[in-house]
Amino acid sequence: MKTNDKITFSRRNFIRTSALASGGLLIGFNFFNSCKEATVPPVDISKLDFKDFNAFIKIAENGYVTIFSPNPEIGQGVKTSMPMIIAEELDVPWDHVSVEQGALDTKNFQRQVAGGSQSIRFGWDALRQTGATAKQMLVNAAAAKWGVDASTCTASNGIIKNSNGEKLGYGDVVNEAAQLEVPENVTLKSPKDYKIIGKGAINVDIDKIITGKPLFGSDYVAEGMLIASVSRPPAFGQKLISFDETEAKSINGVKRIVQFGDKVAVLATNTWAAMKGKKALNVNWSSSNDLESSSQHNEELDAILNSKNLDLRREDGNIDKAFAEADQILERTYQSPFLPHNCMEPMNFYANVSEDKVHLVGPIQTPAGTARRVADLINRNPEEVHLEMTRMGGGFGRRLYGDFVLEAAEISNITKKPVKVVYSREDDMGAGIYRPAIKYRIKASIKSGEVTGYHLKEAAINSNMYGLIPNFFPAGAIANYKVETGNFQSKITTGAWRAPYTNFLAFAEQSFFDEIADAINKDPVQLRLDLLKNVKDGEDKSIEYSAKRMTDTIKLAAKKGNWGKTNGNTYQGFAAYYSHNTHVAEVVDITLNNGRPIIEKVTVAVDCGIVINPTGAKNQIEGGVIDGIGHAMYGDFSFKNGKPQDLNFGSYRLISMKDTPIVETHFVENDLSPTGLGEPGLPPAGGALANAIKAATGQILLKQPFIKSIKNRKTDLSV
Amino acid sequence: MANYSLKVNGKVYNITSDDDTPLLWVLRDEINLVGTKYGCGIGQCGTCTVHVNGVATRSCLLPASRLEGSEITTIEGLETDKLHPVQEAWKELDVPQCGYCQAGQIMTASSFLKQNPNPNKEEIRNAMNANLCRCASYNRIEKAVALAAKKMS
Ligand code: FES
Ligand code: FES
Repeated sequence: MKTNDKITFSRRNFIRTSALASGGLLIGFNFFNSCKEATVPPVDISKLDFKDFNAFIKIAENGYVTIFSPNPEIGQGVKTSMPMIIAEELDVPWDHVSVEQGALDTKNFQRQVAGGSQSIRFGWDALRQTGATAKQMLVNAAAAKWGVDASTCTASNGIIKNSNGEKLGYGDVVNEAAQLEVPENVTLKSPKDYKIIGKGAINVDIDKIITGKPLFGSDYVAEGMLIASVSRPPAFGQKLISFDETEAKSINGVKRIVQFGDKVAVLATNTWAAMKGKKALNVNWSSSNDLESSSQHNEELDAILNSKNLDLRREDGNIDKAFAEADQILERTYQSPFLPHNCMEPMNFYANVSEDKVHLVGPIQTPAGTARRVADLINRNPEEVHLEMTRMGGGFGRRLYGDFVLEAAEISNITKKPVKVVYSREDDMGAGIYRPAIKYRIKASIKSGEVTGYHLKEAAINSNMYGLIPNFFPAGAIANYKVETGNFQSKITTGAWRAPYTNFLAFAEQSFFDEIADAINKDPVQLRLDLLKNVKDGEDKSIEYSAKRMTDTIKLAAKKGNWGKTNGNTYQGFAAYYSHNTHVAEVVDITLNNGRPIIEKVTVAVDCGIVINPTGAKNQIEGGVIDGIGHAMYGDFSFKNGKPQDLNFGSYRLISMKDTPIVETHFVENDLSPTGLGEPGLPPAGGALANAIKAATGQILLKQPFIKSIKNRKTDLSV
Repeated sequence: MANYSLKVNGKVYNITSDDDTPLLWVLRDEINLVGTKYGCGIGQCGTCTVHVNGVATRSCLLPASRLEGSEITTIEGLETDKLHPVQEAWKELDVPQCGYCQAGQIMTASSFLKQNPNPNKEEIRNAMNANLCRCASYNRIEKAVALAAKKMS
């Protein structure tokens, strides 16, 4: 079992300290032991170049603490929760702490992906060590000042005390602390003594957000900057043949029009002119008649499911024997469409390619890799590329891809002007990197009331479930088990979308379990608990989840959600899933209004290890669950001759408030290392909803979005 | 091109823009008030919501040149020295996730509560339904509107 493993990292020289010219102590650290022996941190905060450290703690003479975090916010709350961990071990009152966004040095930043929910898992040990080391340094300084042994002193709430009852504030000893050696072997707090972790803190950027301060990439402005609106091939696979720029050029504010590859950029002094200019371009694209359509994908995916040449991803026991000896065999095929990410803030990025450097600013989750790709693209030394991250108006996987950064860099490289590329919603939805359309076929054998065999096949566009997913539940719980995958190579670009693969796989499997439960006449929750009894944690090291943690999570959800105890018009559905190292179980309550399902409530149980910030954690789970329900219900995206059939919210339906259930979240209490929260709430939601609809109406939903197949739907639901 | 004056957050600006330039882009690009966001440009998401003469209005479709004489309020001017009760409620309940849609949500909520200071759950859901939040912070938005109503009464 991997879940409880400590993430190991070396503490060797990951912290350096320095006195500040203005008074105070500066502690530079690197989450990921990337700093070298000879590193000397900058002495002046204004000169921080983040060369060797990617994060800093400044403790001022008044005892106030500023944490400069390189990790930008994507909406998952890490900009708040990571500093909370430092402040806890440093032992300062949370209201004495402020958090600033540090610039990012891409060259030395070791972790390639920033801002995602996994960062808390990777940072947990290093952040605690950093806080505890800083505290010990202050204690040592105070002890030296008093001439007593440091072991007789204690520190709490920003105050150091000795056994004579004397006190010093952290601020009183910062200048002395800056001269001392960095202590080794510090002791970490016991979780029972936590004062900040687990107590719920408000997002550190809250005031800026609610008063409309510039925070996002789209808000970034630079002297002389032009706005670029880019015309891209409307259909995937289409090529640019020619274009006429006469009309676009006549628009007020349009300054330049440049072609790069199969794209044309209109550069203007303001956004409206750039967008209008793009619309006015007369572009002649190659024919799209023979390009891909969703109907073709459908056939290709079926062919994969029927083929004998799939890639084997996991095999336990003898599946053929299990099927040959079965009393009963169940088989279902599940289907989901492509999905765009639709971050509320459309893609955008600023680039200024000049003689001496390449300056990039905007919302991106993969700064280091993207900076390297830019250097390659425009033939520059990677050392010259400086990338600054901004807050991101949503990510959901989309901002892992730097396609829009490359566009900005290329346009700026051609024009030698500072340029901000901005996507319209149509650009964003139409030039996406989509969740791939996927089909699953699942087959189970049943003998004497037990599930004896389980065979899952995945057919997906472009690529398949990543490495460890075949080891998720029910791997290990069913003796004869097999997972196979295959894909169809498409011109349509696909990639990670919130909880990649599991976002739909969980629906397929969790709906299927409900049917198995019906077939063997067992309560669906009991079926899962019984299957988990077959798994001994730790016995098979490849198994990714913990049977114990999953069992506890399922029981908590069933209890808090009053599983099986509803009456009247309320129907329930259940699902449980492990992903991103977190175990989640959900009970969905629905009612029927003239046969139309009204999703009333979702009760969620989560085991994500220790909960750093319950306020933020619940926000993540609420968002993930509603996102999962929204896309399972309404998310529909298809292609015709290479062209996306929806480009804006007029026809593409996102869930809105009236369709939203109340989400009630409960955490399994433990002291284990914290795990991801941004994704794992989503995967079980669609399955739990489908199971609730089945309980209410008997209808078995095999395709997303449900809205297209829900019977008796009223006109107001048929979009 | 049009020359006109625009009153935003109590201040008068002289603007030169195309006749059809939507208020959203005049605010963001000309006046440098970037709190109002672009989400769809077709009136379907609500991230661009501002108040025109006190009423929540989508700024992405509304030509600014037609607004001479109107009082425009953006998120930056909703309240100056302190937080508006709606903003307070948003803070207390830690509503935002990515935060991008929230200015529009707050502008819709504050205008709604002026018209209906004592809304029930159904009315809140109806009033806020057309403001999309891709992060799905809907539960908290709903609670925050109710809390703001309480604060204002
Ligand atoms: S940007 Fe105006 S409603 Fe979406
Ligand atoms: S908070 Fe991200 S879109 Fe609403």
